[in-house]
Amino acid sequence: MKNFDSIFAAYLLGWGVFFVFYLTVAKRGSELRGEIERLKETLNRGK
Amino acid sequence: MLKRGIIGAAVLFLVGAATYACFYIAPEERTMGPIQKIFYFHAASAWAGLTAFSVCFVANIVYVLRRSQASDWIGVSAAEVGLVFTTVVLITGPIWAHPVWGIWWTWDARLTSTFVLWLLYISYLLLRTMLEEPDRRALLSAIFGIFAFLDVPLVFGAIRWWRTQHPQPVIMGGPGSGLEPTMRKVFFFTVLAMHALMLLLLSERYRLEKMRGEFQELRREAEVQ
Repeated sequence: MKNFDSIFAAYLLGWGVFFVFYLTVAKRGSELRGEIERLKETLNRGK
Repeated sequence: MLKRGIIGAAVLFLVGAATYACFYIAPEERTMGPIQKIFYFHAASAWAGLTAFSVCFVANIVYVLRRSQASDWIGVSAAEVGLVFTTVVLITGPIWAHPVWGIWWTWDARLTSTFVLWLLYISYLLLRTMLEEPDRRALLSAIFGIFAFLDVPLVFGAIRWWRTQHPQPVIMGGPGSGLEPTMRKVFFFTVLAMHALMLLLLSERYRLEKMRGEFQELRREAEVQ
């Protein structure tokens, strides 16, 4: 296929951007969930 | 959790089917050849990005009028998702342009206004990181977001109002424009798939922002204690 490398690069990089974004959202979410749990524990201990 | 998994799988299937259709169902374009296959991914991402910015714009207006926290969360989530789609547009565009035009980039009206749009929404997100106080952050970023959106009609109209290196519109382009019927069907199917992906990413990003709101609430409670 003519220009296969360009087509491959466009689709690979494009999907890569979406995938990395999804991973960062998931990572930020799991970190935040951990912090929320820790804060809840601290608050419960204080009561 | 199961529901989210099913929706995610359905969106992945849709996106996979759209990619298959681009390569195996859509006919090869006569002048450009197979490189034109990038068009489906590039243009559909652009449409989905502009839709995300429109969602951001509406959410920003709602925030200014009603000061509802949810609209602030939707605003920032849509801005980030729109930025991701525009990044894909700015990556795939030059890769398509190079073999066809012989150059990676030119400062024509469409390319420049899209690049400015990308910079504007990066500024929107940067502005939010610089403001500590939540209400002030939400209000100022909403006002900035409303002004940033002014570039969206410019991006849309650039290839209609001015002569550009970027091709003239094939959809809503007036007389003489248009796509071959199968190409058109495949394009709209890809647009649908990319919008489904945009909504999925938006809902995931919104969940994160909502969680952040909960975290700030708890932190305030902890400070009072």
